[in-house]
Amino acid sequence: MISLLKIMLLLALVAGVLYLMYLIYRYCERTMVTLIHICGVSAIVFVFGIFFFIFREGAPFLLKDFDFGGFFLSDKWYPTSEENPRFGILALVAGTGSVTVLAMLFAVPFGLGTAVFISEFCGRKTKEALKILVEFLAAVPSVVWGFIGMMVMNPLIIKLADAPVGLNVLNAGIVVGLMAVPVIVSIAEDAIRAVPDEYRAAAEALGATRWQVVRKVIFPAAKSGLLAAVLLGVGRAVGETMAVLMATGQSINIPFDGNAPFFHPLQSVQTLTATIAAELGEAPSGGHHYQALFTLGIVLFAITFAINLVADLIVKGIRKGK
Amino acid sequence: MSPLQPSSAPAPAPAPVAPTDPSALFTATDRTRRKLLTQRIAGIVFGAMAAAILLPLLVILGYIFVRALPALDWGFVTGLPEQGMRAGGIWPALAGTAYLVVFSLLVAAPIGVMAGIYLNEFARDNWFTRAVNLAVVNLAGVPSIVHALFGVGAFVVFAGLGKSILAASLTLAVMTLPVIIVATKEALAAVPRSFREACWNLGASRWQVIRTIVLPNSFGGILTGLILEVCRAAGETAPIMFTGAIVFKAVESGQLLPYNPTDQCMALSYHLHTVATQIPGVPEPMLYATAAVLVGFVLVFNSFAIAMRVRLRAKKKW
Repeated sequence: MISLLKIMLLLALVAGVLYLMYLIYRYCERTMVTLIHICGVSAIVFVFGIFFFIFREGAPFLLKDFDFGGFFLSDKWYPTSEENPRFGILALVAGTGSVTVLAMLFAVPFGLGTAVFISEFCGRKTKEALKILVEFLAAVPSVVWGFIGMMVMNPLIIKLADAPVGLNVLNAGIVVGLMAVPVIVSIAEDAIRAVPDEYRAAAEALGATRWQVVRKVIFPAAKSGLLAAVLLGVGRAVGETMAVLMATGQSINIPFDGNAPFFHPLQSVQTLTATIAAELGEAPSGGHHYQALFTLGIVLFAITFAINLVADLIVKGIRKGK
Repeated sequence: MSPLQPSSAPAPAPAPVAPTDPSALFTATDRTRRKLLTQRIAGIVFGAMAAAILLPLLVILGYIFVRALPALDWGFVTGLPEQGMRAGGIWPALAGTAYLVVFSLLVAAPIGVMAGIYLNEFARDNWFTRAVNLAVVNLAGVPSIVHALFGVGAFVVFAGLGKSILAASLTLAVMTLPVIIVATKEALAAVPRSFREACWNLGASRWQVIRTIVLPNSFGGILTGLILEVCRAAGETAPIMFTGAIVFKAVESGQLLPYNPTDQCMALSYHLHTVATQIPGVPEPMLYATAAVLVGFVLVFNSFAIAMRVRLRAKKKW
């Protein structure tokens, strides 16, 4: 009974608010225009807000006795140690770096190849179908990718690579690579589509085959767009959280050493993002550990901000050139 | 017939050749043959790359659904978790996701649509607009866990909302805002400028033009953006982990609105993470079924958006 009353009250409230909004929309032109201008700058406000609020929580750690070398150049991350807590993020950076590099080794050629195939080599119907599939690939939530890494890739890697654990750099690299592919494909495809058709026609009139057109005309003309696509793919891979949390094995470790082959993709690692996700829940609010995690957030924010800025400058650069 | 040719000698009929195949026109040299072979190989290689990316997706999704079948039934979707989530259903998680999606949509939709209108209709081509656009791209590129930190700092701590549905959905709203802004901007940009000019000539104000001409003509595109926002908000885990999602909440069965906006709630994506990593001994079909429901929900909504876009493109009159 009470539940029914609650629902009816709620519906009445929603209807009232909607009607009020409609009245403003219909009759209050000045209000709407002002609102539109306010909302227009909301994105900037939020970006600054993100920086401000993360900085606000992390500031005490960052401003008081912040040890630059101990933070960036040490691989000792013992945040919960009672007598001597250490906050060195080198191993976490190595974790993020190794997963990103592996993901890109796999996602860049395949992503660009798929983009070229979609825009230059296949018919219209195939093109539509492939684009829808790419969109589906982008829509799969990251927690599901993590689940796939745990349940599907993990036993597969143990069996095929004869590894003691299947949750490792290789697993996360493949999963994150698959997640980065749609970003790379869609932006690279935009870049290739932006190459004027006259260029293709001119090359084909000279007798160039399609592959020659792609290699000698499209790639040089769409160079900066393709670079931006790769950069945004890197941004996606660096920022990925849930999938790496579930697929990397969560062990603080640098997967590089002096012994050949120098890089060991079958070792477990822990990334910057996954560290925050795994430890924020346990870190007491306001403590050093909590503030250190927010500082990690600032580092991540700075990395992705820089990547996006560079990608934007590259893309805008070609626009101006034309 | 060309006047230059003598009329007594009829021009030889041109040989019927396919223009794309030079080997029919000329005797192919080795060079040409090599060229054509390279082209064919390139096509096959790129096609194989596309297949190598997209086929595993279909295989994996199919695999998840097949493994989920034993556990996937109506009782699973509408049931409550039992025995520490090792049995029973996922209804509270599903309801929690619905709460988060609806609240985040209520916040993000008006702000996002109006921001899109601003960027396409009001903004001049200057450094400030460029900064706004860069901010939109950046908002989309910031890692989800950083959004989570923002949610904790701004909504949970600073605004004093605590860990609640409100804080979590506000975080989701900020995170998914770029989806709506970009979709709205593109939908508005697709309305021809001549429509607007015709209205201005009739003495309509900027807002009147937007309200009566631009918005009705771009409604479908904006709706597509809103659907994509729902997909995105439903699937995200990291931003709600520390702002409002909870591992388990006891709700009564058959209750349609089990949460208050100030409660913490279960959410499907977080539930999947919990049962997959935190709780030992959950039967595998249940894990797969949880993943299948989440993926199914997201893909069905995505298909709506795609179908709408295809239909709009077919219906387009200009």
